[in-house]
Amino acid sequence: MSGTGYQGKKNIPHLTSERLLIKGGRVVNDDQSQYADVYVEDGIIKQVGENLIVPGGVKVIEANGCMVIPGGIDVNTCLHKPYLGTPPVDDFYQGTKAALAGGTTMIIDHVTPQPGESLLEAFEKWQEVADKKSCCDYSLHLDIPHWHEGVKEELEQLVQEKGINSFQVYMAYKGLFQMPDSQLYEAFSFLKELGAVVLVHAENGDLIAQEQSKILGMGITGPEGHPLSHPEELEAEAVFRAITLGNRVNCPVYITKVMSKSAADTVATARKKGSVVFGEPITASLATDGSHYWSKNWAKAAAYVTSPPLSPDPTTPDHLNSLLSCGDLQVVGSGHCAYSTSQKAIGKDNFTLIPEGTNGVEERMGFVWDKAVASGKMDENQFVAVTSSNAAKIFNLYPRKGRIAVGSDADIVIWDPDKIKTITAKEQQSALEYNIFEGMECHGGPVYVVCQGRTVFEEGKLQVQQGTGRFISRKPFPDVAYQRIKCRTKMMSKQGVSRGIYDGPVYDVPATPKYITPSPSAKTSPTTHQPPPIRNLHQSNFSLSGAQIDDNVPRRSGHRIVAPPGGRSNITSLG
Amino acid sequence: MSFQGKKNNPRVTSDKLIIKGGKIVNDDQSFYADIYIEDGTIKQIGENLIVPTGVKTVDAYGHIVIPGGIDVNTCLQAPHLGMTPADDFYHGTRAALAGGTTMIIDHAVPEPGASLLAAYDQWRDTADKRSCCDYSLHLDITRWHDGLFEELEHLVKDKGVNSFLIFMAYKDKYQSSDTQIYEMFSAMRELGAIALVHAENGDIIEEEQKKLLGLGITGPEGHVLSHPEEVETEAVYRAVTIAKQANCPLYITKVMSKPAADVIAKARKKGMVIYGESIAAGLGADGSHYWSKDWAKAAAFVMSPPLSPDTSTPEYLSSLLSCGDLQLTASAHCTFSTAQKAVGKDNFTLIPEGTNGIEERMSIVWDKAVATGKMDENDFVSVTSTNAAKIFNLYPRKGRIAVGSDADIVIWNTKETKIFSAKSHNLTVEVNIFEGMECRGFPVVVISQGRIVLEDGKLNVTEGSGRFIPRKAFPDFVFKRIKARGRMADARGVPRGNYDGPVHDVISMTKSVPATPTTRGPSCPGKTPLGPARNLHQSGFTLSGTQMDDHIPRRTSQKIVAPPGGRSNITSLS
Repeated sequence: MSGTGYQGKKNIPHLTSERLLIKGGRVVNDDQSQYADVYVEDGIIKQVGENLIVPGGVKVIEANGCMVIPGGIDVNTCLHKPYLGTPPVDDFYQGTKAALAGGTTMIIDHVTPQPGESLLEAFEKWQEVADKKSCCDYSLHLDIPHWHEGVKEELEQLVQEKGINSFQVYMAYKGLFQMPDSQLYEAFSFLKELGAVVLVHAENGDLIAQEQSKILGMGITGPEGHPLSHPEELEAEAVFRAITLGNRVNCPVYITKVMSKSAADTVATARKKGSVVFGEPITASLATDGSHYWSKNWAKAAAYVTSPPLSPDPTTPDHLNSLLSCGDLQVVGSGHCAYSTSQKAIGKDNFTLIPEGTNGVEERMGFVWDKAVASGKMDENQFVAVTSSNAAKIFNLYPRKGRIAVGSDADIVIWDPDKIKTITAKEQQSALEYNIFEGMECHGGPVYVVCQGRTVFEEGKLQVQQGTGRFISRKPFPDVAYQRIKCRTKMMSKQGVSRGIYDGPVYDVPATPKYITPSPSAKTSPTTHQPPPIRNLHQSNFSLSGAQIDDNVPRRSGHRIVAPPGGRSNITSLG
Repeated sequence: MSFQGKKNNPRVTSDKLIIKGGKIVNDDQSFYADIYIEDGTIKQIGENLIVPTGVKTVDAYGHIVIPGGIDVNTCLQAPHLGMTPADDFYHGTRAALAGGTTMIIDHAVPEPGASLLAAYDQWRDTADKRSCCDYSLHLDITRWHDGLFEELEHLVKDKGVNSFLIFMAYKDKYQSSDTQIYEMFSAMRELGAIALVHAENGDIIEEEQKKLLGLGITGPEGHVLSHPEEVETEAVYRAVTIAKQANCPLYITKVMSKPAADVIAKARKKGMVIYGESIAAGLGADGSHYWSKDWAKAAAFVMSPPLSPDTSTPEYLSSLLSCGDLQLTASAHCTFSTAQKAVGKDNFTLIPEGTNGIEERMSIVWDKAVATGKMDENDFVSVTSTNAAKIFNLYPRKGRIAVGSDADIVIWNTKETKIFSAKSHNLTVEVNIFEGMECRGFPVVVISQGRIVLEDGKLNVTEGSGRFIPRKAFPDFVFKRIKARGRMADARGVPRGNYDGPVHDVISMTKSVPATPTTRGPSCPGKTPLGPARNLHQSGFTLSGTQMDDHIPRRTSQKIVAPPGGRSNITSLS
């Protein structure tokens, strides 16, 4: 069924792409760089090497010594996520167009069903829209708005039949998407069995709600209330908790939108301790900081509203770039979710109503180059890793995507490290009237973008076609996430101690234990299936030894020690 | 009330005593001096004191003279499944005195939903009758609701309770959600009380317990497997985060694992007002015994958070205690007989939790930390009594040897050793988790309320002689910084002109409505921030007709409403 969408499209004529030869470039993968030519046919890389023998009449692209890199993969976009019923201004067409202009040739978008809505229906809705509009290949993450038994079946179907292997859960948005720890534990356990990657939006929603009402109560209604009510400690706390849950369940955890130093450090520390955890900074957190929330210009301040928010600490971008360079963070997304100023202005008198999201799909690759490579923190291979290969590995697209190799998809970017561009809303592809990076100078950018073997960006000109993007299905159990998990599952199997049966005296628990009462009035969490747990009622009949009465007598000087410590190893009689 | 009356009780009119020849050790200094005691109070300190004749002389030559220990974590009456602990206030305080502890703070645990005041009265009633040494009470908040604030206020202002325990574990029994914890922290900051936190993630524990029982693991090792260190660490981290947001001092009870202790140490370095309590069992034993073949022995170690199976933990914790990253040592004494523990013989989750330690606490600290050279005798006094007195506002009445302080004094033998055993301890339980351990340092004379209760190895206690010691709110040691920060922490908004650009019309969007009202279960019964606060008056705004255009993806000629970096105030759409 999933096949129908793009299977059909394979035969659409516009996909029969040109034959291309990219000459004279330096092919840069995440593991090595080499001078080689690349020959592309039918949207696939057919040959890589020097002095290739190719058919005549092939279009030749001169790379002139520029880098030839795998097209970028942006794993975090929201191009169809409605806010109060209105879609973002960048839809799949606008968004993927912007992506291609920035050198990104594949996106993974978030499907965000409303609580109560069927995941499958939402998935189909997204797929339908994207198939019509997307200009580059895409895949989808499913956000799980609410955990319940019925969801399991849908998840299973999505993983096994629909080609989805990543699902997002929320620790924030209290009363809306937030899940308590016990549900997170269940969700993690279930998704692990399916071999899916768990994406976590990590912020402590309980505390955010408290802070929001406190700050509104103080009369602060502007966008500065957003970072004030989302302090970075709450992000770090939730990251820490998510990792703890991941460790307990032995499940890979992927933290979306790492926005603060402390959250990033938490991910890094956990990795050093062996946790299978991935961290995703986004364009905005790598290139700018949260000082703008205090801008006198309401529209500007509101443009930066996203969750978790940009950190007001101006040293944050530098720190995140460093962690990205050394491998402590792995993937750069964009978190692109574009709402116009008038949409943002829904929250003009109450910052909690400002729709969340910033732009970044177009600027993503450029800023990673500018902030990390041009500054000498990372090399070109690491650049390819964080913008494309790592994402492909984690989400099981590798080596079809994320690598220039024979047999891989012909999603190729010719990258000019010396290109200088000043970001401005006037020249962007996005439909937004603003750009949060307005006026920033960015070194490095694509000069030539090949998507599905077709040239889509050349000499500053975009040439895209709506609906050419294919849905790329992804298989579960990606190696990079699950190899270790599988080993650990084998290793971690727990064993009890084999003991003789304890047959000493057992205290007689009063028949009406008081503590049954608390459970029905669920105070913390909606406990559907809860204790009073497995109390062994048959124990109460035990009356062989009459010692119970004596237990109330406080000091029995002549009382035998039932189990002398260090004594017999098995109690089988009361001897 | 009841302790006022007892003041006149003849048995409390104590001996007059002079302690001679010892080295007095306080937390700040040590010096040689004699101490004269009268009426339960220290009257004079110095050399060549002039005292009435006929005063009993206690010879402390060659020993150190220290303030009596304060054990701030005991459960001598808290029931589990209707079973009361084997050591009640009489046996517990008797054992405390035998070990050099002259004051305890016990946990009063009301049933969830029951009144805190009623529990307080119940505990006072029993303790007044049974306790052999001075005591005070923590109240455990087993279920938070808004009405509880008045009870807390009453307890703090009129009943002399300034500390309350909050549970992050024991799901569906005592556990509180983050929202509730935030509210409690805020309430306590306002009242000047100290928030004690039992830090373990109850949600995860419950899932792990289910999993383990499902695997057929029912023995005591299941307890430690279902309470891994990480779960403790996570909760400590979360408690720190919430306390930071609420600007409330935080006290973590029973720090049992290395990573949990590290989280506290790190939070202190970042400036948090946070205290970590190690306990006797955590310093003197590890969790390897949970795998003992002897069920009764393994079960004796069951407590929450559990002892860490990592055998390097005790040494690590005593190092942190020595360097000040952890501040005090309690016992968390809560004992159940083997028959009581055996209620969980087929299911580890039913084993009543708690270990002994009230009697061994001081000796273990001396042996593990002082005898090994990690801390000096002054630090020893800090972590066994002075810091506790400061945090819980008993200082300098307790926790110091000074003129005017209570005559709770211990003469401590630093040279010889003693062996712990269930055969010789002063408890009623059959198992001592420190069985066979040889400890350097023990009390030779213990003076409580000016009376000698331990001398020549003989205990001479009086049931009911212990007084309730009320504690005032806002202990300086804890709250001075909090108060200063409360003044600093006010956030301010940005003064801006009114935004009067176009506003997207949401009211007409019918789709938006179902999003909010459906109360789909996730955790918390709190109000959703989104729905109710929607400004309905915005809906009438129709000056700019641009809303329709918003659906058209790309409007090439559209003006930029607010060019970033441009005008500082939008007052018109230009």
